[in-house]
Amino acid sequence: MATTPTATPNPKINRLGLPILEYRGGKTTLCAGCGHNAISERIIDAFYEMGVQPERVMKLSGIGCSSKSPAYFMSRAHSFNSVHGRMPAVATGALLANKTMNAIGVSGDGDTASIGMGQFIHLMRRNLPLIYIIEDNGVYGLTKGQFSATADIGSKLKTGVINDLPAIDTCTLAIQLGATFVGRSFSGDKKQLLAMLKAAIAHKGTVMLDVISPCVTFNDHEGSTKSYKYMQEHEEAISEVGFVPHFEDIAVDYDPGSTYDVRMHDGSHLRLRKLHEDYNPTSRVTAVKALMEAHEKGEILTGVFYVDTAKPSFTDMLNLVDEPLATLPQERTRPSKQVLDEIMTRLQ
Amino acid sequence: MATGDVALGNSGASATQTAPEPTSKASQKPVVNDFSIQVATVNGSGSQSANSVLLRSIFAMGIPVSGKNLFPSNIAGLPTWYTIRASKHGYVARKKEIDFLIAMNAETAREDILSLPTGGAAIYEESQNLKQYRDDVTCYPVPFDKITAAVCPEAKLRKLVKNMIYVGVIAKLISLDMKVVETALRRQFAKKQKAADLNWGAVEAGFNYATEHFTKQDPFVLERMHATDGKIIIDGNAAAALGAMFAGVTVVTWYPITPSSSVVEQLIDYLKKYRVEPDGKASFAVVQAEDELAAVGMVLGAGWAGARSMTATSGPGISLMAEFAGLGYFAELPGVIFDIQRVGPSTGLPTRTAQADLLTIAYLSHGDTKHVMLLPGNVKECYEFAQAAFDLTERLQTPVFVVSDLDLGMNNWMSEPFQYPEKPLDRGKVLTAEDLTRLGGFARYKDVDGDAIPYRTLPGTEHPQAAYFTRGSGHNEKALYTERPDDYQNLMERLARKFETARTLVPHPVIVQDGKSKVGLIAFGTSDFAVTESRDQLKKEYGVETDYLRVRAFPFTKEVHDFVASHERVYVIEQNRDAQLQSLLKLDLPVEDAVKLRSVRHFNGLPMDARSVTDELVLQEGI
Repeated sequence: MATTPTATPNPKINRLGLPILEYRGGKTTLCAGCGHNAISERIIDAFYEMGVQPERVMKLSGIGCSSKSPAYFMSRAHSFNSVHGRMPAVATGALLANKTMNAIGVSGDGDTASIGMGQFIHLMRRNLPLIYIIEDNGVYGLTKGQFSATADIGSKLKTGVINDLPAIDTCTLAIQLGATFVGRSFSGDKKQLLAMLKAAIAHKGTVMLDVISPCVTFNDHEGSTKSYKYMQEHEEAISEVGFVPHFEDIAVDYDPGSTYDVRMHDGSHLRLRKLHEDYNPTSRVTAVKALMEAHEKGEILTGVFYVDTAKPSFTDMLNLVDEPLATLPQERTRPSKQVLDEIMTRLQ
Repeated sequence: MATGDVALGNSGASATQTAPEPTSKASQKPVVNDFSIQVATVNGSGSQSANSVLLRSIFAMGIPVSGKNLFPSNIAGLPTWYTIRASKHGYVARKKEIDFLIAMNAETAREDILSLPTGGAAIYEESQNLKQYRDDVTCYPVPFDKITAAVCPEAKLRKLVKNMIYVGVIAKLISLDMKVVETALRRQFAKKQKAADLNWGAVEAGFNYATEHFTKQDPFVLERMHATDGKIIIDGNAAAALGAMFAGVTVVTWYPITPSSSVVEQLIDYLKKYRVEPDGKASFAVVQAEDELAAVGMVLGAGWAGARSMTATSGPGISLMAEFAGLGYFAELPGVIFDIQRVGPSTGLPTRTAQADLLTIAYLSHGDTKHVMLLPGNVKECYEFAQAAFDLTERLQTPVFVVSDLDLGMNNWMSEPFQYPEKPLDRGKVLTAEDLTRLGGFARYKDVDGDAIPYRTLPGTEHPQAAYFTRGSGHNEKALYTERPDDYQNLMERLARKFETARTLVPHPVIVQDGKSKVGLIAFGTSDFAVTESRDQLKKEYGVETDYLRVRAFPFTKEVHDFVASHERVYVIEQNRDAQLQSLLKLDLPVEDAVKLRSVRHFNGLPMDARSVTDELVLQEGI
């Protein structure tokens, strides 16, 4: 049948030829204005702009509002909403089964810093090649607003209850324990968060991003230290985060005196322009010091705190075959009859 | 009494032992290839090598033999017993009576010799003077320290070498072939020539001492047989590890816990030897996890992504895995979990055996869950069921538990050599990108084939319709979130139907029956050794014939129902207090059959023995 060419709008596509629509997920069921939705949007943008095939991504999560969010981005990627605080284990197993996949884990402050603390710190130790995002709002949303372990001392609940226990700083922990890309951002800071997520996709090793993500229903009021207003007033960027993907020319010059240029595993470049005098993202000591000083000053430090592109990832250390273990053919996973005979003879 | 035990059944009857009255010397009629030896030592004293040499020597003489290590949860300094049973009839259950004692532990020596029956024999350190306690037992006092000092100039090695002296002494007394002993010993110290020479010197010194100082007075002797020709010796955990390797396991996670650690430790040895590719890269990943919660989470994550994954644990680990087990059932994830049972609850007796995790595993987790269990009864089945477990877990898309125990897992057993698997690996219902193109998509939780087992895709399948969302909360056939009552009920009913499919796929029971007996016996796992021997005792001593069914899996197959239906009374014999197998059977059987079930239980931490079973059956049957 003859067709008449019609002027179809040419949607914007990425380097794979996919429009951003192909990176979208289901309709969110989180509250309007929830920081988590903004983070989902940035994740969509980052994977789209980096040109990652959605089928090459695994999405993993624990339990909580944050952990529901993988349903709201990249429907073309397999997803696993597991049990409370145990996403690291599931992610570890999945990545051992198929180390060729990109994996992103979404957790919350309760899911990570309370019930999941054991698994979280061991994940950091292993440097599993996983992007681990904490959508951090300082409260449990699904159970209606109890404090979590990242709530700051003095922070006030809507009911008037004041938190009197110190907050767990997941970034300090992650740096100390062995994560190789650690940063903090804010769901409201589109530019910074997108650049950090794109760099995260380029990194091979554990990326730990604590993203302050206000809970509009239970923790966005006066007296909260995780509200939009509080963040706008107290956010202090340690560096300006720039990112040049490997498939784009490095056109922009930079001043080596004021900017760190980090070559990522895939050839991309992370450009970190110092905003603080002592900033050094290659030193754990400096990074932790900066975090602690900011804390004392009542600032919420954001940006990339620490990057190490040299340390081998967990799957590298295990020296696995190149192909996914999951689909190795029987010839490579079941030893021969001669092997069994040899073992049987030795046991006689 | 060190290893004394009682059998407890419904009647509450118990068989107690008291120190025997001194009587005249036992008759000297030889007892050939049918006696037990108990070596009483202190853990950490290095007696394991000596005991292993003894066991292997008897095996090499062609005589059926079994060995059991009864050890404390301790590194060094507490009493340990190793029992060896030689049985020309091939009985490998624990023998309740000890015939020959080697008393190397001064602290328990008095108790140990008092536990011998009249007519027994004992080797002990001369200075202990155990003869004062028993004049109805043949005594062989040996100056161990003196002999050891003579053959081992290095003082710090004497504690270890001392054990080999008793090997020499008993070798002389029970006519163990010294050539065979030397072969076994040199095999034991294969890579350590100097240690082998030193230890062999000690065996010879013991042998010579016995030759010069003792006249054989006890009746226990060995004579060469050919009953072990072609057989192997292996522990159940090594057998399970071998099964996993030949099942093509690729992801192994674990958290150390006795008595399961040696499953993974031995598997690591095998994998490093046989699964490293020519370029030095591994076709497997092993992770020592931070706890059992993480271990099982990794297993299910790996299973979800398509790997053959497993972990091994014991009771406390099973408890920690409960939440994930429910997710595995509900989200339909493959993964193999070995449970090497030990005595609980809590830490219980961590180094003693039991079959008491059965009910816990059957319904592990919250909500409506039930799990497939495979129940190996010997080392060969540890090997075979490990393989079956991987096929079943991928076929059924649900966690599969292989339930062994300490007695099977950590002790050495004789076996026919294992067979190479004939069937290719069954990787279950997995759709490829080509399948999806042909089908135009799929619904993750839809029962397409009528067996209630849906199709799945693996992450990385390069097709826009391959992905689905896995969750533990409500989901419909398309894996979409739902809280609709009909969706949830349909899903739960399909899962129940899937369990019925499992019933047709799991290993069938082993049945021994003549079609005439009114009395049936049912057991599982290591109870088989005692029950097999007990049936012979009942027949020989009481003229009572029994039929016997050994359950090898849960859910129970049809044969189990038929067996109960065709008998008047059925005794369920097991190693736990609460009659757990009987309880599971009662839930599964029609009422008219459930009422036929009676119970014989043994739960003192020691492996079940035949005499305890026989005594209890005789009592309950009123024979």
